[in-house]
Amino acid sequence: MDGEASPKRSPLDDAHRRMGARMAPFAGWEMPLQFAGVVEEHNAVRQRAGVFDVSHMGRLFVSGSDAAALLRKALTYNVHRLPDSQGHYALLCREDGGIIDDVFVYRMEEGRFLVVDNAANAERDRDHIAALVEPGMDVRVEDRQAGTAMIAIQGPESPRILSEALSAALVERLPRHGCAEFELSGAKAFIAQSGYTGENGYEMVMGPDQGRALWEDLIGSGVQPCGLVARDALRLEAALHLYGNDIDTGTNPFEAGLGWVVDLDDEPFVGKEALLRAKREGVRRQLACLKAMGKGIMRADCPILHRGQTVGRVTSGGFSPALGVSIGMGYLPPALAVEGTALEIDVRGKLLPAEVVRRPFYKRPL
Amino acid sequence: MANSPKDRRYTREDEWVLAVDGEGTVGITDFAQEQLGDIVYFDLPEPGARVRQFAKLGEVESMKAVSDLFSPVSGEVSEVNPQVADSPEVVNKDPYGAGWLLKIKLADPAELDNLLSAEDYDARLAEGEGH
Repeated sequence: MDGEASPKRSPLDDAHRRMGARMAPFAGWEMPLQFAGVVEEHNAVRQRAGVFDVSHMGRLFVSGSDAAALLRKALTYNVHRLPDSQGHYALLCREDGGIIDDVFVYRMEEGRFLVVDNAANAERDRDHIAALVEPGMDVRVEDRQAGTAMIAIQGPESPRILSEALSAALVERLPRHGCAEFELSGAKAFIAQSGYTGENGYEMVMGPDQGRALWEDLIGSGVQPCGLVARDALRLEAALHLYGNDIDTGTNPFEAGLGWVVDLDDEPFVGKEALLRAKREGVRRQLACLKAMGKGIMRADCPILHRGQTVGRVTSGGFSPALGVSIGMGYLPPALAVEGTALEIDVRGKLLPAEVVRRPFYKRPL
Repeated sequence: MANSPKDRRYTREDEWVLAVDGEGTVGITDFAQEQLGDIVYFDLPEPGARVRQFAKLGEVESMKAVSDLFSPVSGEVSEVNPQVADSPEVVNKDPYGAGWLLKIKLADPAELDNLLSAEDYDARLAEGEGH
């Protein structure tokens, strides 16, 4: 029998260790948890810019004249609506409407798409999409994870910093969620204006050597390297979903507040019938944003109480450096999932007062 | 090798106590604060609470995790550091000084013999024991 496979390493792994990053296993990879410190990294992203190694995320290149048709079948979002050089958030669902993964799909041009998905689900997603290919379809699904690096730069100064590192013409012409291919040190690279922090930012895919060079270049020019813990704190403040916590195969898009990425218009996709039914029947619970009104920290799995009765559980929770209190998300009965509802979170036996607030917790200043 | 202050005694769980005139000031070590990362919350007993040596004293929360705190001594809590509630990061910055956690009226000063000296604590760290 094979022993457990050793964790995969990012092309930037060496650089992280040289910098003294605290490393840990994550979704089958060894990734940096933190560099300078979580709060310092968080503040750098909110005030200036931070860089994240996101090479562990899945990257599927879907090409061919039937690429759009295949992705229309696989995703809740209708990629036929996606213009060239544009990306969009989407979900992969099962037949019963349960969420398999949340992804970002980018259309470079007709017949050429990139799908970026969660590290933990990369193989499952790839197999799921590949299984939807019908005989005679002109389409190829290629796993582009091995052999590429992926770097995200996030924060109000990222447009300026990246313009200097790459080119102003490339960076400045990208609209929100726009994408482009470009040349980086003689090899093809990809850039998109997207991210997971609620700040302005960019995500780039390139070869390993180019990735290492860009990483060193950005850090050398003063950008703060950031790890997974800061990444989670930032996305939670932006009220972005974490697969495995806030959404999973037991949740449907409508309960999760993601009805906006479900196109029930004309064409079939996996889960459409179940989601049509779910939409008709209405949600039985709703994901809500929770803000602590005291000093404790809510964490995933803490029971949520309303008037002494358990009405749900925290799905994601932690401390928000931006707000100075604990924040989290959890599913509540729809009647309670409204702004202002007073609740208590049972944190290991102690009751922490909290209330439902509107999303997002943090909104970047205009 | 770590150079923990010699004026105090240490537990295997990385707490320290500085005993003066029957009262012990308690905190966590530099190693502990470094392992925890950014501390965001302490759950500590109130003044008047009775604690036992090596029993759970409370909890410390960092950005990523919760850890139990264990009391280095038995006795009655006489004071809790007010700075720690509002600015728990003081414990990261100055774990042996301004980051003290609480003061305990010692029930039995002989208990200090059950604790590690600074040298023994540093040797433990160097060997990577229990961490």
